Order: sequence, then C-alpha cells, then structure tokens
Amino acid sequence: MNPLRQLWNYIRKTQIWKSIFRHNYPDNPRDQSLAVLTNVFLHLHPVKTRKSGVRMSFTWCMGGLTFFLFLIESVTGILLMFYYRPTLEFAYNDIIALREHVPLGILREIHRWGAHAMVITVWLHMFRVFMTGSYKPPREFNWAIGVILLVLTMLLSFTGYLLPWDQLAIWAIAVGSNMAAATPLGGVEGPGTMLLKIGDVSLVHSGNDAKFGLLAGRFIGEATLLRFYVLHCIAIPFVVTLLIALHFWRVRKDGGISGPL
Amino acid sequence: MDWLNESIKEVINFLSNPVIYFTVVVIAWWWLMKFHRVWVQPKPMKIALIASLVFLVWALFDPNFNKEATKPDNIPIWLMSYGVAFFFWLSISRGAKNDELMAAGEPNLEKAESDKKVYTWPDLVYSELICIVAFTAFMVLWGIVFDAPLEDPANSGVTPAVAKAPWYFLGLQELLVYYDPWIAGVVLPGFIVVGLIAIPYMDTNPKGNGYYTVKDRFDEIWLFGFGFVVLWIALIFLGTFMRGPGWNFFGPFEYWDTHKVVPMNNVNVSEIFWIKILGVGLPSNILLREIVGLVLVSFYMGALPKLLLKIAKFKAIYEKMGFVRYYIFIVMFLVMASLPIKMYLRWGFDLKYIISIPEFMFNI
Repeated sequence: MNPLRQLWNYIRKTQIWKSIFRHNYPDNPRDQSLAVLTNVFLHLHPVKTRKSGVRMSFTWCMGGLTFFLFLIESVTGILLMFYYRPTLEFAYNDIIALREHVPLGILREIHRWGAHAMVITVWLHMFRVFMTGSYKPPREFNWAIGVILLVLTMLLSFTGYLLPWDQLAIWAIAVGSNMAAATPLGGVEGPGTMLLKIGDVSLVHSGNDAKFGLLAGRFIGEATLLRFYVLHCIAIPFVVTLLIALHFWRVRKDGGISGPL
Repeated sequence: MDWLNESIKEVINFLSNPVIYFTVVVIAWWWLMKFHRVWVQPKPMKIALIASLVFLVWALFDPNFNKEATKPDNIPIWLMSYGVAFFFWLSISRGAKNDELMAAGEPNLEKAESDKKVYTWPDLVYSELICIVAFTAFMVLWGIVFDAPLEDPANSGVTPAVAKAPWYFLGLQELLVYYDPWIAGVVLPGFIVVGLIAIPYMDTNPKGNGYYTVKDRFDEIWLFGFGFVVLWIALIFLGTFMRGPGWNFFGPFEYWDTHKVVPMNNVNVSEIFWIKILGVGLPSNILLREIVGLVLVSFYMGALPKLLLKIAKFKAIYEKMGFVRYYIFIVMFLVMASLPIKMYLRWGFDLKYIISIPEFMFNI
C-alpha cells in the first residue's frame, strides 16, 4: 500500500481523530447519515432531503446565500470593529486610515458590497418562496418570521450606512430620519401630533418624538453615531441571529424544503 | 452617424420620463403575464439579454450615462435588475412547463421527484459548498474591482445636490413626490410589512404549494409581482438612474444639471372644487373646505370594498376568503392601487392633495 494511504489510515485510527469524528468517511448510507447527525452545523439539515428540493433551479440557493452573507458580514464586521471608533473625532479618519494604510485591503469593500448583495439575495429568496407557494400551510408563520428578517436586513444595512460618517452617510440617514418626524401622532411633523397636548403643553415635541428616538437627538450627531453603531453591531445582529435560528428550526419542523403535497 | 446617435439618445431621454416609463412598465407587466407562454422559452430570453447588453455597451460610451451607471454604489442596482429579470423568467418558465405537464395529466417537475429522497451528504452539502466557494470568489472579485466609495467628511452645513436614501428605499423616496412623508415614509412601509406577513393568511388557494406554476395561481402571482417588480424594483431603478439634483427627472443620457428648475403648479382637490368649479373662495371651515376630498377618500376606502363585490372576480374572491379575510385583503389591495392612481392624478391633473389639512399636517 502506498505510504501516504498508510499514514492516512493510521491517523484515522488515533484517539485524537476518533474523539473528533464519530464516523468514517461518508461514502455509505450509515456514515452519510452520521456525518449530518453528529455535526452541530450540518444537523440543521435532515439526513435525507427531497430530490426536488436540492435542485438549484428550485431553491436558487438564495436563502442559503443570504445566510452565508450574514456570516461574511459578521466576520468582516468584527474585523472592521478593531479599526473603527464611532466618534465624531475618529470615525471618518479611521475609514481613511483603513483605506490608506492597508495595501490591497478589501475588507471594507467586501463588507459594503456584501451588505448590498444581502439585501438583493433576501428579496430574491422571498420572491422564490412566493413563486413556489412555499408560504402556504403549514409554513405561514415561518413566512412571517422571514418578512421580519427581511426588514431587519434592510435596517442592518441602513444603520451601517451612517458609520463611515461621510456626506453620503449623513444625508442618506437625514432622508430616512425625516420620515420618522412624520409619524402620525408620534413625530413632530406628523398628522395629528399637535392635537396631543394638555393645555398649551405639547406632549410630543422635537425633544421626544420618533425622530428624536431614532437619532438620539434633534440632529444627526455623535449620539446618533453611537446609537447606530450599537444597533448595527450588537442589537440587530442579536435579534437576527435569534430569528434565523427560529426560521431554520421551523423549516425543519414544517417538513423541510417545500414540495408538492 | 453622430446625429443618429444623438437623436436615439434624445428619444430614450424623452421615453424615460416617469409618466411614460411607469406606463410602459405597467403595460409590460400586464403583457408579460398575459402572454407568458411566448417568452418562457430560452430563445426570447437570450435575445433580450444580448440586446440589453449590446444597448448597455453602446450606452456606456455616453459620458452622462457612464457616470451614473458605473458608480460603485450603483453596481448592486444592475445586479438586482438583471437578477430579478432572470429569476422572474426562471420561475415563470418552470411554472409554464409545470402547467403543461399537469394539463397533460403528468406530475409536475417537482412532484416527479418529491417522493424520492436523497442523502443530504453529499447531494445537498456539496451544492452548498460549491455555492459558497463560487460566491466567495465573486465577492472577492467585486471587492478588488470596485473600491468602497468615501465622500467628503460629514458636514450638515453643506447640502448635496441630491440627498438620496439608501438605494433599497428609493422606491419609497420616489413616492415622496406623490405623497406626504407620513404616508410614503411611515404608513406605506407599515402596510407593506403587514401586508407581506398577511399574505399566507389571505391566500386561501390550496393549489400551488411547493411547486412552480402560473395557471394555478395566476392572480396571486400577478398581484404580488405587480407590487414587487413594478412598484418596488422598477421605482428603485428610476430613483437610482433617472432622479438627479433636487430629485428632478433626468433622462439616462442627460447631464445632471444642478440648476434645473421644474415649475410646480400642483393644486388640491379643494381648490379645484371651490375656486375652479364653483368660482368662490375656499371656505374657512376645514371640514367644509375639504368636503370633496373627504367624501372621495371615504368612498374609496369605505364604500369601494363593498361596491367591488358587484364585479364577478371580487365576488369570487369574497366567497373564497370569507368576510374577515376579504376586508383585510381589499384594504391592502386598495392601498396598493392608490399608488398608481395618485401618480396618474398628479401627472394628468397636477393634483397635489386629495385632502389637504395643513393645519394638522394631514395631507393625502
């Protein structure tokens, strides 16, 4: 026998290898099942899947790519957090430094383009699920979770938009946050808001309305930057992670990738 | 040849103004759905793809077109547009194929395989791995070719020529032209989210679960696609490439002139009714002043759901859905339909507000 093959066979018999992998190479039904069952990541999948469901022409892989992009964004985002400080003094300069001091760096590029791509893939995933009628019973509620995840994906992108602290960032957020000021009964420029008062004292004013809540101030400033930073890096990803777990779990519990009944 | 080039560009500039653009998209949608059997074959798809690429290459030689089309932040818009077009074609063509199979009494493409089960390892995990590797390569390439842009440092004292929301909200920003912020920015997004969540609970059609089809759910696909493709994707495309300084319209080959001024002579329903028709001044009582608009809107949201039942199609929907589902559906439907209605009222009659109560910032 070839010595490399002998070495390989030896390695697979060692205590270390056996303590990590609980099965042989998955080239037979038993080990193929164990490969999925004994791996915490792969066991998101069932051991066997509908043949129609593993076809790319059916799923377009869009849900999977959205999840993969979430992982890409998490990894590149964590790396970017090492170099970025969310303050008026440093935010913009840190981005400049990232651009000027790292030769051939594409970290921020991948993070930014990945964010765009994730919005597109999540829309296409929704489109695919609609076109195959996969939201129909028993999957109604999982569709609802999916819609929330889609909204959160856009909010993730929206909160990240401000962080470079350049002209594009603050004016895009200005357009968005002006909408909050128009919230009916909740924004200072919203319909009916001025009716909410006790005597001459307005209950909702520019110091406590929806826009103030979004910006942490009357204008986009340092408090806004911090607020968006925390939302972008911690709060929304936390919720998204929980909902992704729920989403995947329910895909399994509702019968796996949908197929005709 | 120059004059030919220039005149083609002029014609395209003219044809892309929002009125014609939107009308063409709506008619195209209606046509694409009605005659979907014609273009689901690979050949028309290939012809359309090649034609659009030839057009793009030709157009990129134009400096004005090139400037906006090749902005790094606008690359996703191309990916989105081509992606949606391709996957729309893919899903409809698979649906049409399934419709043929089912009409012939055979199982559809998914049904033929759905009882067969394959091992997840290797059939699924290998596809996933290949997807991940290919997509990673694509992302790295994208990152190398296009640098992430960075403009001047934030300065709230310097207003840019046009302040655009992130591209995925440009459909909503386009609606700001026709609606006040409280509708375009708060109520409509709310309705979109709630409406999307409500879809599975409103759609009582038991057919079309887990396979592609057009025939079994033609109306559902028509409506959802109208919202997604026409009112969302097409408006994002318009907002990205054809809205320039001051959110003014610019044709794809037009220079983005920051000094372009478009006269606005928009009038409210109350002004049309009291001043133009009756020839008297606006009454001082708010409710009396806005009486026509109030009646119109109450009629639209209050009476129309019931009146529509006289139409056979809506009657059938009502019978299928029942009372509660029907009313939730029809409210969503009418809100969605109000977008094109308001757009055409603006273009056709310079209509600003149907109800205008600036005293309480309540304008519809």
